[in-house]
Order: sequence, then structure tokens, then C-alpha cells
Amino acid sequence: MIILPLPHILIFSLLLFAIGIYGALVRRNIIGILISIELMLNAANINLIAFSKYTSLAPETGQIFALFVIAIAATAAAVGLAIVLALYRVRKTVQADEVHLLKW
Amino acid sequence: MPILEIAAKYTTYAVMAVILVFALGVVTLRNLFHCALCLAAALIGTAVLYVVLQAEYLAAIQILLYVGAVVTLVIFAIMLTEHLAGKTVRQNNSQSLPAIAGLLGFVSLLTALILKTPWPVTPTALQAKVLVMGLGKALMGDYVFPFEVISIVLIAALIGTVVIAKKDQPEEKA
Amino acid sequence: MTITIPPTIRGIEFSADMLFVTAKAWILTLLGRFLPDWLIVLASITISGVVILCLGPLIMMYLTLLERKLIGRIQNRYGPNRVGKWGLLQPIADGIKMFTKEDIVPAKADKVVHLLAPIAIVVPALMIFLVVPFGERMTAVNLNIGLLYFIAVSSITILPIFMGSWASRNKYSLLGGMRTAAQMISYEIPMTLAVVPVIMMSQSLSTNTIVLTQEGSYDMNWFIFTPWGIVGFVIFFLCATAECNRPPFDLPEAESELVAGFHTEYSGMKFALFYMAEYMNAFTLCGIAVTLFLGGWQGPFFPSWLWFSGKTFVLICVMIWFRGTFPRFRVDHLMGFAWKFLLPLTLINILLTALWQFTSNLAAWLWSILILGVSLWTLVKLNRTFVPEKRHYLLES
Repeated sequence: MIILPLPHILIFSLLLFAIGIYGALVRRNIIGILISIELMLNAANINLIAFSKYTSLAPETGQIFALFVIAIAATAAAVGLAIVLALYRVRKTVQADEVHLLKW
Repeated sequence: MPILEIAAKYTTYAVMAVILVFALGVVTLRNLFHCALCLAAALIGTAVLYVVLQAEYLAAIQILLYVGAVVTLVIFAIMLTEHLAGKTVRQNNSQSLPAIAGLLGFVSLLTALILKTPWPVTPTALQAKVLVMGLGKALMGDYVFPFEVISIVLIAALIGTVVIAKKDQPEEKA
Repeated sequence: MTITIPPTIRGIEFSADMLFVTAKAWILTLLGRFLPDWLIVLASITISGVVILCLGPLIMMYLTLLERKLIGRIQNRYGPNRVGKWGLLQPIADGIKMFTKEDIVPAKADKVVHLLAPIAIVVPALMIFLVVPFGERMTAVNLNIGLLYFIAVSSITILPIFMGSWASRNKYSLLGGMRTAAQMISYEIPMTLAVVPVIMMSQSLSTNTIVLTQEGSYDMNWFIFTPWGIVGFVIFFLCATAECNRPPFDLPEAESELVAGFHTEYSGMKFALFYMAEYMNAFTLCGIAVTLFLGGWQGPFFPSWLWFSGKTFVLICVMIWFRGTFPRFRVDHLMGFAWKFLLPLTLINILLTALWQFTSNLAAWLWSILILGVSLWTLVKLNRTFVPEKRHYLLES
């Protein structure tokens, strides 16, 4: 069994999360933003599993939470991409800053 | 066998580094299709990390759901919205410098916090092995309510997705 | 010349059943005389890995020959019979041809992805071999989540197809890739659900344990001899045929519509790699079907690996028979078949298995046949084809 120090895993997932935030802030393409959000959820999952492995007394808990997060990520992706497709059909663009009809 | 263990440990660090590189690729590459592929690679790397953390079931689910389903959906959306030999569009907005500055602060703050916190690492938890059977029992026992709620959410999302993505029917002729 | 039996494997009796297991143990003890312990672990992994790496391409080569021979016989001709005795060297000749062909990359292609796609498609195909139990104690890695691993790894196969189809910058490739993805996602769902009854009955995800639970009198307590087993097997096998894009589900490569589908722009060795992945997938899917429903290596009289390969061979021949017999599906029929017919049937099958777990006597048999018959009839009635309105295509001026 390989035992890494817990803080190393946490810092790694923190970096992954930060990269995700960067993408979500900076991307213009809505699909790009969605991809970045998936990265962030993934980073959160790593944390959950690491905690369940290292600290919890009921090790199933963390994994089940991660399971739920994965399910929610899948729904988020499906609904988000459906919205993107509907948007593309109407406005012929997927750039977030070109969709500004409601913005004054 | 200490040699194998040390090798495995450094391999894990290498996997982490590779995941970070691919994650950077996800947010910086200009071609969205390449971004999606990088995302798939990063997610597969994460699955490897799960195996290291002895969550094999989660690793398999990760690959099945994330790589098999979510990335496929993303690629489908990219194919439907991008032009095949499309002109290269600017993919980033002009906020990357402030974003990087803010994130550096965020990361350094949290790193300091992580290193200072005395994590209650329990040796019993490190020894415990989660079996698929245990996960199933927990899902059907303690967590049966969230499980059912998730399934309702999934159904709702499924129907909603179909409704949103469906082409508007042209008005029926009388 | 006498072979001295290494002391560590004295426990295993020499029998045809344990032929390969003993061979591996023998090599390992031989190496153990002059290698440190940790290298032995690596050596053990390497032996299994090398065997699988050689087995994959070998199986692919001779499957192509088998397919050409059988299709030939079905179509009342001989098939390849010039190179070597009965054409046995034909695959090698094909291989040389593939190696020496010019490798053409379209000028506008996305070069890196175009190169990576054929490599990436072979990897999951080979990785599935790891959990296939070729015989008693002959699973390369006995994962306790083996079946889930198989489902997960086979779902990656979509990705390289996307890569190839996108990177080619060709409309036929793109259309073929889209079709493949839609088809594979659709058929993955009934396939996974068809597996669920097996998991319920054997209470394990490990391929090894699943085979072990099908042991019985004469080792013939296979899952296919139960009502849910036969329905599950038929659904699984149909979905497996669709998963590896074989006829009659070969929409992705429909020559008459799409030139060659997602690998239109590939030539030479890259094309051969796509082909190889397809055949290896066909083999592993048949192998997994055998493991799940046909009792894997279980069977009387013969060695375990012979039983496994025999059953797999039969299933592959059935796949080839499909190809020689059935015409291709239409796209909407294909999707409708997966979603409207197979999916509800698998759900009913899961419920039936839950009933079966409590009672499995003659009455249960009759009841299950009744339930299955009624649901099958209802589904067929609900899915009956209606003749669509004649479509008129107006030319845009």
C-alpha cells in the first residue's frame, strides 16, 4: 500500500481546483467553461476520497459522496450542454460574452 | 519490498504532475477538441489516483461516467457547435491577469492553511478497506434517501435535457 | 532430457488443466534462483503482460482468416487458400502488406490527434484482456471489480474513434464517428443492465468468482440454463455485436453510405490498428459473454482453457454467421431497437432475477417464461413498424 502524506494530496487537489477556477473565469466559450467546472468537481472528489481514506472512521461515507458528486456532474454536463445547443441554434454562437441580450 | 513501494510512491507523484499538466492544457489550449481530450486524460489520471487511494470502485465509476459519458457529451457538443476547419477564434477573455493574481493569493493562503492544520489522520482508517459490498450496503442503508433523491434528479435532468435540446416543432399546418 | 519439477510448484499436480499455470510457475522458480524478490514480482507481471500483448495481435490475425474462410464458405466459395496450407500464412502476408503501405495523412488533418487515435484505440482493447478468465487460475489480474473494470474500459473506446473522426477533417469520417458514438453509447446501457442479473446472482463483480459460482454437477450449472440467463445472454450478445460495430450493426462503417466511416482517412499500419482493435474487442466481448453466461472455463472432461476457448470460438463463429446472413440496420431502427426494445427487456429481466433469487423451482420456471413471454409480446406489439408517410424532398433553388 502506498501512503502519501495527506497534505500533499490536498495541495494537489487545490492546484487542480485553482486551474479549474482559472478556466471558468477566463474562457469565452461556454463549453470551455463547462469543462473547467468539471475539473473543479473532480478536484473536490479527490479531496473527498482522500479524507475518507485518511481520517474518517466510516470510510464508505467519502466514497458515496464522491459517487453523488459524479452523478451530479454528469447531470450538470448534460443539462448545460443541452442549453448550449439550444443557444447555438438560436444565436449561432457559443461565446459567453456574445450572449448579452439581457445585459445592458 | 521497499524498492517497489518507493517506485510506486514516486510514480504517484508523477501521475499527479501529469494530471496538472493536462489540466493546464484544458484551460489554455485554443482548440476546444484538444481541451476535451486533455480533460479525458486528466480524468483518467484521477482514476489512477483513486486506485492508489484504494477506491477501485470509484476509479471504475470515474472512467465509466466521466470519460465514457461526460467527455463524450462534451465532444458531441463541440462537434455540433464548432466548424470543422473553423477559423481560430480568441478563446480567452481579457481577464486572465487579474484571475491569475487572485488565484495565486487563494492558492498560497489555502496551502498555508493546509500545511498548518493538524489533520487527524487515524491509523485505523488507513487500514480499513472499503469493499464494493460495503458501499452497496451503505447506499441501500444509511444513504438510501440521498440515493433516491439523486435518481429523481437524474430523471428530471434527463427529461429536461431532451426538452431543451429538442428542435422546436414547426407549427402544425391546419 | 528430463525437466526437474521446481519445489515450489510440487503442490500443483501436473495436469492438462494446469498446463499454462504450471509453465508460468516453472519459469518464475527458474528466475527465482538468481533474481531478487522484487524483480520476481515484476517478472510475473511481465510474463502475463507479454503473453497478452502477443495473444491480442495473434488472435486478431487468425480471426481475420477465420472470418474470410467462413464468409467464403457461407457465400459458396473457398476463401483465401493460396498462402500456406489452407491459407494459414495469409494473415502474415496481410501484415507485411499493411506494414509496407504508404502512410497517408490528409494535408488539413490534425496531425497529432490523427496519429494518436489508432494507438489509443488499441490500448483499451488490450486492457480488457487483463480480466478475461482464460481458464482456471488463468485470469491475468483477478480484480475484485473485474466486471466493472471491463465495462469502464470498454466505454473508453468511444474516445479514440472521436479522435480519429475529428482529426481526419473529412465529412465521412465525422459522420461515421458521430454514428459510432451514438450507437456505442446507446448499446452500452442495455449491455450494462444485462450484466446486472449475473452480478445479483453471483454477488460479486470479480470475473473469477462469477465463473466459480457457475460450478455445479458436471460443472454445468451455467447461468444460461435459467430463464433470466438466456434472455440476458441474448441481449448481451446482441449489444456486444453492436459494441464492436460488426454487422448487422455496422452502421458506422457502412461502405455504401460513408465510404469507410471513421477510418476513411487512415491507411497502412494505422488502419490495421483500428482493425486490430475491432477484432480484439470482438474476441474479448465473446470471452466476457462466455464468462458471464456460459460458465467460463467450467465444463466436464476437458481442460478448463480448452472449454473457454471452445465456447468463445463458437460465439465468434455466430458473429461471423451474423455477418454472412443479415442485412444492415437502418439508423433509426438501430437506435429504436436499443432504447425501445432491449432496454425495457433488461429492466424486466432484472426484476425477474430478483424473483428467481427466492424461488427457483418448476413453478418459478413457468412463471418466468410467462412473464418474459408477455413482456416480449407487448414490446414487439409496441415496437411494431409503421409505414412512415412518404417523404418528399424539395430541391432548394
